[in-house]
Amino acid sequence: MSATPLLHAAGIEKRFGALVAASAIDIAVAPGERVSLIGSNGAGKTTFVNMITGYLKPDAGSITLAGRDITSLHPRAIARLGVARSFQIPQLYPALTVLENMLVATACRGAQLSFWQPARRAEAVRDADALLARFALAEQRERRVAELPGGVRKLLDVAMALTGQPRLLLLDEPTSGVSAEEKFPMMDIIMTALGSEPMTVLFVEHDMDIVAGYADRVIAFASGRVIADATPAVALANDDVRRLVTGTLRTEVPC
Amino acid sequence: MAVAPPAPRRSAFLVGGIGLTAALLVAGVFLPKWLTFLVTMAAARGLVSLGIVLLMRGGVVSFGQGLVFAIGAYAAALAFKRFAITDAVGLACIGAATATLLVAPFAPLLSRYRGIFFAMLTLALSMVAFGVLVKTESLGGSDGFNMGRVTVFGQSLGDAHVGYVLYAVTIVIAAVLALAARFYFDSTRGLVSLAVRENELRVEYLGGSVRRVMAINFLLAAFAGGAGGALTVMSLGHIDPNFSYWTTSGEFVFVAILAGWQSVLAVFVASTVLEVVRSFSSSYFPNTWQLSLGLFLLFVIRFLPRGIGSLWVERSPSRRGVASP
Repeated sequence: MSATPLLHAAGIEKRFGALVAASAIDIAVAPGERVSLIGSNGAGKTTFVNMITGYLKPDAGSITLAGRDITSLHPRAIARLGVARSFQIPQLYPALTVLENMLVATACRGAQLSFWQPARRAEAVRDADALLARFALAEQRERRVAELPGGVRKLLDVAMALTGQPRLLLLDEPTSGVSAEEKFPMMDIIMTALGSEPMTVLFVEHDMDIVAGYADRVIAFASGRVIADATPAVALANDDVRRLVTGTLRTEVPC
Repeated sequence: MAVAPPAPRRSAFLVGGIGLTAALLVAGVFLPKWLTFLVTMAAARGLVSLGIVLLMRGGVVSFGQGLVFAIGAYAAALAFKRFAITDAVGLACIGAATATLLVAPFAPLLSRYRGIFFAMLTLALSMVAFGVLVKTESLGGSDGFNMGRVTVFGQSLGDAHVGYVLYAVTIVIAAVLALAARFYFDSTRGLVSLAVRENELRVEYLGGSVRRVMAINFLLAAFAGGAGGALTVMSLGHIDPNFSYWTTSGEFVFVAILAGWQSVLAVFVASTVLEVVRSFSSSYFPNTWQLSLGLFLLFVIRFLPRGIGSLWVERSPSRRGVASP
């Protein structure tokens, strides 16, 4: 790992009443790493992602991005520092077309929204088209998002996050709600699209085959704590992970 | 593979706008005086409704746009009366600027609210202004005050020409602001306004400021409304607190709903329709003209839920949107 991690969460604590959503979280992610966050429902994965993006503020601890403290920043400010995310339920603009969704993303990532500059200017359309092509969405360009199937919406959600070439991309369950046959093709499209980008990726995932296939490193959560942080092979073989996350190791209960 | 992007529409709008304005200016020479006055009122008041349409594109509706209408009108009338500023274009600018400046302190507050809360807050502000104007004797109290005849580029206007010149000034200013609104709707900020209406959360996560978009839309709507108020008082020659009354604001909302939010031209068509319906209904059904107006609105909502503009806005996906609120 390089001397300065791109993302460093130190001593993160978060409670919702009596529920511990994050406890003593210490995670450093190096530039360019592809990290999968795993854990059962309620383990604290999405809470962690929400704290990185500024939607939730930790009760204690700090989060730095390339050495800059982003703990108390607004999601908009964090986004402008190069942190982008997709959502478990795609957050799109259903009445607008696929291209217009991309143009909104491009416009928001720009330095300043313009009163005068056309949203459909040639340069923005060309960039949007290039990104849509990488996500195999070119054919859907003029369709309204409301008409699109779930898998296509997922891809568009990720494609929008990629506008402006973020430094850190957070994918919240990119294959959830997609059939088993479509998961790998979808991850292939996403990872191929990311292939040429020098960006760091954290993705929340429940499918361990996807995790093993696409992550360089796995961080496992349980009850708000990190119970494993290693390569996929090591982490997925960890007894705690097998017992608390994947369910492949059952605790013996004496009769 | 993706199809080519549509050709830029800006030049088409510019040519169309200039052509329509020229046609209206020529037509005004031949129209009867009552009709030029009616169109003058429709264009001036249409600017206020244009502001509401601008807000509607961001997902909110102002029920108190009479406030900026009144501020623009009072500012122009006071500049004329107290400071002897008589130029029509200058007074329109004063009305627009004053309305924008006076409501600017409320923009950060209003940008936090949506739906009925935004509507009621704007209504409350306009009714506070109405109350203040009624009680302010120096502004004529409930009777208001008269305003004299304006000049245009230093030329005084004779009885024979004043109606047409004010018509022409109003048409030109309305056309300039309408084209500016069209370009704004098609700009990056205009597109993000539609996105705010759809999903505020994602706009913030993409790095856009929802509250800034909403605040700026509110100020732009105030600018258009203030100009509309100034142009109206120049033609009417009289100002009173009813400019800020809630029924006046209701008429502006009526026009905005009639027009829909997709077309700028539709706003002025709808405003003209309102003036025509009001004018003829007042003549033939003097006590029930609001009934005619209500029935007409019901008809439009039933058969043109996206407003009059949906009659000619092209149906390509790039220009399609959700149903009007």
